[in-house]
Amino acid sequence: MATVLVLVTTADGAADKVALQALALGRQLADGGAVHALVIGDAAAAAELGAWGASSVHLAQHPQLDAPAPDAAARILDDLAGSLGATFVVGPGTEEGNTVLARAAARAGLPFAANCSAVTPGSPVTVTRSRWGGSLLEEAAIHADRVILTAAAHVFEAVDTGGSADVAAFTPALDDADLAVRVVGRVPAPSGGVSLSDAKVVVSGGRGAGSADGFGPVVELAGLLGAAVGCSRAVTIAGWRPHTEQVGQTGTKIAPELYIAAGVSGATQHLAGCKGAKRILAINKDPEAPIMTAADYAVIGDMAEVLPAISAAIRRARGA
Amino acid sequence: MRVLVCVKRVPAVAGLITLTEDERAIDTKYVGFQVGPHEECAVEEAVRLVEAHGGESVVLTLGPAEALEQLREAMSIGANRAIHLVTDGADWDAESTAGAIVGAIRADEAANGPFDVVLVGNEAADSGGYQVGVRIARALGRPAVTGIKGLSVADGTARAEQEAASGRNVFEVKLPAVVAVLEGINLPRYPSVPGRLRAKSKPVASSSPDRPAQRLEMRRLVVPATEAKQAQVLGRGAEAAQAVVELLSSVGVL
Repeated sequence: MATVLVLVTTADGAADKVALQALALGRQLADGGAVHALVIGDAAAAAELGAWGASSVHLAQHPQLDAPAPDAAARILDDLAGSLGATFVVGPGTEEGNTVLARAAARAGLPFAANCSAVTPGSPVTVTRSRWGGSLLEEAAIHADRVILTAAAHVFEAVDTGGSADVAAFTPALDDADLAVRVVGRVPAPSGGVSLSDAKVVVSGGRGAGSADGFGPVVELAGLLGAAVGCSRAVTIAGWRPHTEQVGQTGTKIAPELYIAAGVSGATQHLAGCKGAKRILAINKDPEAPIMTAADYAVIGDMAEVLPAISAAIRRARGA
Repeated sequence: MRVLVCVKRVPAVAGLITLTEDERAIDTKYVGFQVGPHEECAVEEAVRLVEAHGGESVVLTLGPAEALEQLREAMSIGANRAIHLVTDGADWDAESTAGAIVGAIRADEAANGPFDVVLVGNEAADSGGYQVGVRIARALGRPAVTGIKGLSVADGTARAEQEAASGRNVFEVKLPAVVAVLEGINLPRYPSVPGRLRAKSKPVASSSPDRPAQRLEMRRLVVPATEAKQAQVLGRGAEAAQAVVELLSSVGVL
């Protein structure tokens, strides 16, 4: 049995998906012990967490916490871990989760293991964690009395336990220094277009497009399918398409129903970004391209010929 | 303005990853080396800040003797000088890496005054620790912003933008500060031939910090098992279009 504290990040009254997965890992690590969930500010999200495995929920409320403030969140987490005597502090393996847990670890002077896909209690605790965006795994030992880590996204299954938990609201102690890093404004996203990370279908072009103009058929097919346009890193480096369209380890990680990758060779960096796709259709001149080992379907051929032919066939099918 | 940018030499992994016999490193017999994409952009950002505001940019790495190559690369696009914390090639965890960098920053600042901005990649391309920047900031008592895709500096304040659901979050922090950037903040330039020549004579200060006991101790690397897929070939060239339409229809995306 262990005492576990889980940071549950939220948006608009609901817990983040990956945070519920982290809660499932927390429950596993507690092994019958207490599973404490910490929520910053979001009362509606806090009320739901008993059903997702929390045995008690701590809701931090503070007038200065209406905007994200990662150092404040880290301080609240670290203070609470101390007062609960938590042996595991867990968070979601997201940008927000990783930065807050890293800051909590820096504050406490403890190690931090990001994006863990397996955790084995013991002395020392050992973990399996992601390297290279998940293309490689690392087995590591954590030498610390309190283990601070995040759960890799989409590894652990969130479990609806049907339980309930009391929500204890409290006002955390915060200094000005904790609030020095705080969101002071928002820049809205340009409207229109399909969001790459949420798209049901993504059509990408790679180096095989040959030029910025070579993306015409990619954009055309994406338009017909209501799909998001993506690309490989080689393409953004060449300046043919903006980085916001890059699928990959250092771009956007996608999880569509169907991913159409045209003229994309399938470098490790790219596959780390599209492995969440349910099905992959590769269109490539080279039947030996690495993308073929990740694809479910393939068309062997030049994307400049294949894509317009697909678009034309879709138009015919719809016209009929 | 003084800007420090931290980079890490990593294998230029492209296709299948193979490991060394002791399973503690990637086999690099047939692989080159580079700095990760986030850090390439961090170097470009450092050079741009100094182009806009004057001063100097310093590139730092903790890595083996061969990492001098990556320092020269950064200097070839405009970094003024380099600090090399030389290791024997062993893996350093993020906590000890940050500790060594903090030591080097304190030493340089004692002689030359504070770095207004310390730039790091958001996470290392290989180890993906997500923490060196915030650990440096914590040790030096400075603010850190992470996941940054837009940066501007004026009047002793950094304005930094971070991607969020449906838009961007904006932070404003007082300098000196630590900024962890993501690829996409800029499009890095290529080094010119004169740039490469100049880089050869730029100063590099080397020292060899002690590697402390590792509290996040890497024991073994594992190439994840993936099901070897055999793609179903729908056809060749334009003639495959009808088969693709049938596929689109059968998976319900048409």
